[in-house]
Amino acid sequence: MRNRSFGYPLLIVLLLGCLFTLPLFLSTYWVLIVTEILTMGLFAMSFNLLFGNTGLLSFGQAGFFGAGAYFAVLCLLHLGQSLWLALLCACLGAAVLALIIGWLSVRLDEIYFAILTLGFGMMLFTVAHNWRSVTGGSDGLGNFALPSLNLVFTNVSIGHPRHFYYLVLVVATLGMFFLRRITRSPFGLMLRATRENSNRVAFVGADLRTVRLLAFVLAGAIAGIAGALFALFNRIASPEMLHWSFSGKAVLMTILGGSGVFLGPVVGAAIFFILEHWITSFTNSWMVFLGAILVFLVLLFPKGVLGTLMAWVDRVRKGKTP
Amino acid sequence: MEGFLANILNGLSWGMLLFLISMGLTTVFGVMGVLNFAHGSLFMLGSYLCMQFVRWSGSFWMGLVLGPPIVAALSILIERFLLRPIYGRDVSFQLLLTFGLMLFLDDGVRLIWGPAYHVVAPPAILSGVIPFFSQSYPVYRIFLVILGPLVGLGLWMFFTFTRWGKILRAAAMDRQMAEIVGVRVPILFTGVFAFGAWLAALGGALAAPHQSVGPAMGERIIIESFIVVVIGGMGSFPGAFVGALILGLLNSFGTTWIPDVQMALPYLFLAVILLTRPRGLFGGEA
Repeated sequence: MRNRSFGYPLLIVLLLGCLFTLPLFLSTYWVLIVTEILTMGLFAMSFNLLFGNTGLLSFGQAGFFGAGAYFAVLCLLHLGQSLWLALLCACLGAAVLALIIGWLSVRLDEIYFAILTLGFGMMLFTVAHNWRSVTGGSDGLGNFALPSLNLVFTNVSIGHPRHFYYLVLVVATLGMFFLRRITRSPFGLMLRATRENSNRVAFVGADLRTVRLLAFVLAGAIAGIAGALFALFNRIASPEMLHWSFSGKAVLMTILGGSGVFLGPVVGAAIFFILEHWITSFTNSWMVFLGAILVFLVLLFPKGVLGTLMAWVDRVRKGKTP
Repeated sequence: MEGFLANILNGLSWGMLLFLISMGLTTVFGVMGVLNFAHGSLFMLGSYLCMQFVRWSGSFWMGLVLGPPIVAALSILIERFLLRPIYGRDVSFQLLLTFGLMLFLDDGVRLIWGPAYHVVAPPAILSGVIPFFSQSYPVYRIFLVILGPLVGLGLWMFFTFTRWGKILRAAAMDRQMAEIVGVRVPILFTGVFAFGAWLAALGGALAAPHQSVGPAMGERIIIESFIVVVIGGMGSFPGAFVGALILGLLNSFGTTWIPDVQMALPYLFLAVILLTRPRGLFGGEA
């Protein structure tokens, strides 16, 4: 264990260093792919705060992701050209929605929670799909000017893929450090305790619902930020971003990478996009492969790719220094 | 008035299809504790197989009879080799496995039959329209409205009077107790899963002339049948019937009266039920 805590920060610094220098080596196409990986990775991590830590399988997480996308775009359209304001709007808006929906949803658990969150997510989808005058209906909201990034000394255009990559990298890294902080705090411990045995948590006097609700709101807020980045990246906020099948993507990525490892969902997102890129180069039926991979993983490697890898590394280490 | 009655018939015919697929879903859940995401895909597979048999033989009845057993056979393999190894694990993983199966089957169907929509004509005896007050109404929908309660009655008799039905109900009520008194649970599970799949595929075959056969039909019906099963009470047979009727009617009346929010109605209803009666209308106390 001591080895690991020593090696970890070093590994993280190396990883971040790699990510910061990546655009120097990669073609624009791959810079775009890594940007998407980071955005969706942040989204998947927000889902995993609920699933991996709290044991709540939410099939409505895309509702907050998509709501963040719409809030950001609406903010840019009506409130002014500020990137920070748009991100703040997305985060707060999604958090408020998560507070309302979470307050109702955390009363239930397991399958009932999954279905109820799916239902609420689809209600948000319907709002985005049918409230034409505000959301643009099924066409989505696409006609907005990208704001420039207002740093203290200078304004940087985020229209350039590499600039946008750095923006996403910084925001995603901050988001992940924030999530790391939460999972490592006493509150995070409480979350894992509710996953292991919710009855006992209630017995020792903790308010189960409040703990879960707080996790739900935090997850929603982070998903909202990820959604805002995604909308800026795609230059559009569209109803599909709120659909339950989009929530399914976060679930898939998390399982691919491993729900029990902190960085699992991001690694899962990377595997997802690289596989998609590779498989769609020779067939259109990428979902057949994805479905088969998911079934295979659930059956044989429920810890996911990163989780299995980490367990293997641990075993090898133990074998060397008994 | 005609509009009102037509709405009722439309709602009932869609409700009957929902009922068939929800019956399978709720039986599988009640006995096995597995909420099957791929159930809608089995429904869709039933529809496609029916279409294929109609193409080959020219007869709708061939599709109706031959399609569902093939889907049931496939689901025996699914239960035996994919689901059985993970019964002991967390419920979430069973949901995820069937979610993966759904992706596989939905896109597999697209791979085999292409992304286009197909039309299956109802059999000659059920085609055409009958005069209905001052309007006309498709015979096939009326056939569905009549068939639904008959199937429901058949299932009810099966569950109430036959030995197999009693075993099923016993296992749904208390799996361990059933095992103790000598029910061979592994075989029962395989049987129940295949039975549920057969019902779903039957619903799919019946749906083929009712709507167009296309790759998105499974995804639509699975969510609606989830809602049916949850509001009825998971594992409850009368619950599935009532839930399916409510959702069918909500669908048809919503579309004519309040089209703007119709899409949200099932979800709204789901939320209200789950929050007031967490185990559904017929599910007992939580």
